Amino acid sequence: MLGYYLELAWRSLKRTPILTALMVLAIGLGIGASMTMITVLHVMTADPIPGRSAELFYPQLDPRPMEHYTKGEDPPDELTWIDAMNLLHAKKGVHQAAMVGGYLTVVPSEGATHAFIAGGRYTTADFFAMFDVPFVAGSGWTTGDDDKRAHVAVISRKLADRLYGTSGAVGKVLRLGKYDFRVVGVIDNWNPAPHFYDLGVGDYATQEQVFVPIETAMQLKQPIMTSMNCWGDIPTGDMTKAECTWMQFWVQLDTPAQVRAYRQFLIHYSKEQKQLGRFQRPPNTHLRDVMQWLAYNQVVPGSVQLEAMLALGFLLVCLVNTVALLLVKFLRRGGGLAVRRAMGASKRSVFAQLLVEAALTGLAGGLVGLLLALFGLWVVRQQPAAYAGLAHLDGAMLGVTFVLAVCATLLAALFPAWRACRLMPARLLKTQ
Amino acid sequence: MDIQPIFAALRKHKIPAILIVLEIALACAVLCNAVFMISQRIGELHMPNAIDQAGISDLNVQGTDPKLANADIPRDLAALRAIPGVTAATGIDMVPLGRSSSNSNIATTPSGVFQKDSPNVAIYMFTKDGPEALGLRLLKGRFFNDDEYADSKPGSNSYVPGGHVVVLTQNLAKHLWPNGDALGKQIWIGPQDTYTVIGIVADVLRPNQNGGPSQFYWSAFFPIGPYPVVTDYIVRSAPQDRQRVIHEAVAKLETLSPNAVVKGKTFTEIRDKYFANTRSMVWMLVLVCVVMLAVTAFGIVGLTSFWVGQRRRQIGIRRAVGATRVHVLRYFQTENFLLSTAGVVIGMILAFGINLYLMQHYQLNRMSWYYLPASAIALWVLGQLAVLGPALRAANVPPVVATRGA
Repeated sequence: MLGYYLELAWRSLKRTPILTALMVLAIGLGIGASMTMITVLHVMTADPIPGRSAELFYPQLDPRPMEHYTKGEDPPDELTWIDAMNLLHAKKGVHQAAMVGGYLTVVPSEGATHAFIAGGRYTTADFFAMFDVPFVAGSGWTTGDDDKRAHVAVISRKLADRLYGTSGAVGKVLRLGKYDFRVVGVIDNWNPAPHFYDLGVGDYATQEQVFVPIETAMQLKQPIMTSMNCWGDIPTGDMTKAECTWMQFWVQLDTPAQVRAYRQFLIHYSKEQKQLGRFQRPPNTHLRDVMQWLAYNQVVPGSVQLEAMLALGFLLVCLVNTVALLLVKFLRRGGGLAVRRAMGASKRSVFAQLLVEAALTGLAGGLVGLLLALFGLWVVRQQPAAYAGLAHLDGAMLGVTFVLAVCATLLAALFPAWRACRLMPARLLKTQ
Repeated sequence: MDIQPIFAALRKHKIPAILIVLEIALACAVLCNAVFMISQRIGELHMPNAIDQAGISDLNVQGTDPKLANADIPRDLAALRAIPGVTAATGIDMVPLGRSSSNSNIATTPSGVFQKDSPNVAIYMFTKDGPEALGLRLLKGRFFNDDEYADSKPGSNSYVPGGHVVVLTQNLAKHLWPNGDALGKQIWIGPQDTYTVIGIVADVLRPNQNGGPSQFYWSAFFPIGPYPVVTDYIVRSAPQDRQRVIHEAVAKLETLSPNAVVKGKTFTEIRDKYFANTRSMVWMLVLVCVVMLAVTAFGIVGLTSFWVGQRRRQIGIRRAVGATRVHVLRYFQTENFLLSTAGVVIGMILAFGINLYLMQHYQLNRMSWYYLPASAIALWVLGQLAVLGPALRAANVPPVVATRGA
């Protein structure tokens, strides 16, 4: 039966090529524009670290003075050095790492005149294990290296290729400004998007090139890059003593019991610090996992959401237009349909036939839409926005494109097909 | 023209009529909001910026030794001024629209700095000749004198400039003192750090728009001596000399500080890069609008052609009983006008509702009222253009059709 309907549909579409082309184009344009924007939105709201995001938590504390305290106010996004180190050394999680972004002057072997700036991250040993960072060679450093303030570094594959060519980078000397570091590991391309572990440097920031122990970096006074919040004097010197929040901290907690225990620990810690006189406010803590943290920070730019909504509005316009064109098409064919009805076809089979025809149109529209979406995403990738490079269509979105196209068209066809079935065959045949 | 028969006919063709109204309403609603968004973005692209935008270039220097800044900066500036074509040069902590920024909350009372709503402003600090190098336009008061530059070093434990004078943009001065003269008044950055306003300049943009469009001009300028807060040099020259000046300047700075990484850009490049995203967004919105209008027009053509085809016999009868071609043409045009009117009325209400929703959820401004009638007129015109083809075909129906059996 379906084969027969398909044949009828094909003939009917061929008979009115201009109308068919218009419908396919309308659906294609609507699908193309909306899929482009939905894909961008989909990529931007994706889980940056699939499988692990529910186990990784970001603790927040409130070390600010009582001045201008309002109940229920959110604690700062970052931690102070003292709190980050206390949480780190408490070792209450499966893994935990303190970190901050920075930039380093890399001096290649060609000499100082070829020096360049590389984005860096100062962190602690667990960073690599906790975030499942893939290594090409070597490994991260140890907690011992953190404590010793060892001059060790983990570098990206890109930097390793640039500095040492194809030969192994592990064990080589990396000159950062005035200091020599030993390369202990090379990591593969790893660039979680959004850049969840430090949104302050940009929601879709690119991968850091150099990772060094945070205590070493602080000792050598390497420049940091972070969103800093201070309540005392703004310091230029020793950040580790400053009354500022400027560090990120992540902890891995595998079971709900561990999460509950950690929440208790944060409250307990806040109380303890208040007794010691360091904290003034009553305990104001939060513990959010990766996706909650992204939502709390409203990572997806409003402009992208607006564009997505506009694209959906556009799709709606295209669908109403398709309803109109299908109605025209089906009603114009009234005569043919009446003949089929008179020959014994039921209303239901005429309805099915019309829907098959619509589905075929939708499929063609989906194909046009797919091409347009691919083009649209290519255009998006040419844009300078940080997230632009991520805009690719994956398998799932490819499927969604066709399902959306066919469903949208079927939805648009329901009404015209129902109208066309209700025509009286006798009356139509008489007027022929 | 009598519109009674049109209503009678439309009642017989409820569904195509409703579809046309719906299409126009949706198109009108989306168009209003899209055009409004476009105009907002275009407004951003053309935001005035009272510096010599065509003549200045930026040289970003990284990787120098902060301890040597005291000697390095005057030496570098002397070298930059020696380049033929350079009319002024200064060291600065950040560049307008350069994205990387240093901001601080300021207040008009010592305790006000701790208040949550105290304005967050961009803290520009430049060395001697800063106003000349940037091309700042003084509206009131004066710029800094030599002593004020020399006296100002960053506090021993803070990034805040040590001097006690500041120049504000007009926009910021108005915000701080809405009905008074800002000149001679005091601002505070920390409870102890106070500055006297000695000058007001025409509005200069901040390095980025983090505070939203209303705070884009909240810039404050401080004098500073040769200290490590200076990360960039600004050189001013004739527009046509900029590329050569940058080329020579980068070479000179790299020879002077072999460890440094120097990047040179004209301000035009910085501004273009800053707004590149906005510009492509504008093009995308324009494209969507054009395609949407085209699709709507196709829909109208399709539906009108259909019912012209259906009513060939009636048209023939009208012609046979004396209606001229023009009458038939006018009939369809009037019909379309009535449908469009219904569509744009619903569309304008929809557009207004969408705007209210977006205002609540996306910090969009209220749409000015004239977007509504403007979109309405656009869709009226579109409707008339779309109906012209089918209406002409209807007008060409010969009266003899009436005599044939349909």
